[in-house]
Amino acid sequence: MKWMKSITGKAAEPQPDLELNPELRQALQNFRQSVHAWSDAEINRPRSVRVAADSAWRPALAWALGCVVIAGGVSGGLYDHHRVVVERQQAAARIAHERQLAEQQKLQQTDESLLANVDTDISRSVPAAMEPLAQLMEDNGSN
Amino acid sequence: MRDTRASTKVMAAGTIVEPIAAQTAEEISAQEFVRVVETHRPQIFRFLLASTRDVDLAETLTQECFLKAHRNWSHFRGESTAMTWLMRIAINLQKDHWRNRRMQFWRQTRSNAVDVDEASDWLPSGERTAEQRLLAREQVGRVWTAVKGLSERQRTVFLLRYVEEQELNEIATATGLSEGTVKAHLSRALAKVRTELGGKR
Repeated sequence: MKWMKSITGKAAEPQPDLELNPELRQALQNFRQSVHAWSDAEINRPRSVRVAADSAWRPALAWALGCVVIAGGVSGGLYDHHRVVVERQQAAARIAHERQLAEQQKLQQTDESLLANVDTDISRSVPAAMEPLAQLMEDNGSN
Repeated sequence: MRDTRASTKVMAAGTIVEPIAAQTAEEISAQEFVRVVETHRPQIFRFLLASTRDVDLAETLTQECFLKAHRNWSHFRGESTAMTWLMRIAINLQKDHWRNRRMQFWRQTRSNAVDVDEASDWLPSGERTAEQRLLAREQVGRVWTAVKGLSERQRTVFLLRYVEEQELNEIATATGLSEGTVKAHLSRALAKVRTELGGKR
């Protein structure tokens, strides 16, 4: 063993191996032989490559999940876009309807006030012969 | 590797046979690499197995090591031996593996590392009595326990020295440490092994 040789060969240099007592040396030798025996047994053991076959469903599952996620994302986006468009259209229609109502109301109010003014004007303009009577009615109304 | 370059140069001097020469050089290089794999694979696997106590992981890292070596084979300058160069790649791969595992702590990583007791079941075949075998098994188990408690660097240095029987300068080259640091790590590792062997008495 090389490290055992170095114990005797390089006595001048401070070597960690010099600290080895016979028991430690024996233990290290056994350890080394044990590792060699294990490694030799494992390296010559035939292995079957099952990993690729067993895990073939994993990429398929990953793809399927990926497709589902993408499809979900796209359809969700489309649905959201459609919903926003519909809401906008509805809001626009509602605003237009409200405006129309407001205009109609305004027109109605205008007509009504015009008619009221006309009525007042007509009611106040009386023939000259009726003037004393109208005056009397006004006096009575104020009292 | 050096022979390959020489043959390429000599053959490149010819004009007609140049493409054939290049192909031959590649073939020689490939053959050389195959020889390197055949020679050093058991040693690299053994080191990684002892470091990880995980057969599958050791096998995977060994394959990665030779794959990386193959990719960089043309850059190998021969400044160190092929074994030291390969060992350096293996050590770095092992470091990367543990680092990645630490970084990905949220992932449920499965470890196939065998127990220390199971690892110490492997005993060298020899003419030993039952008592000797029992004693050897106990010693190996204790050394494994000590190795398990070593730091990554101490373990690497210890295994390279006492399992792979590398010289200190080779260990220094493979690990990228100075010889003094290697000695210090080795000394600390040995102290822990000694304590483990003596402490459970």
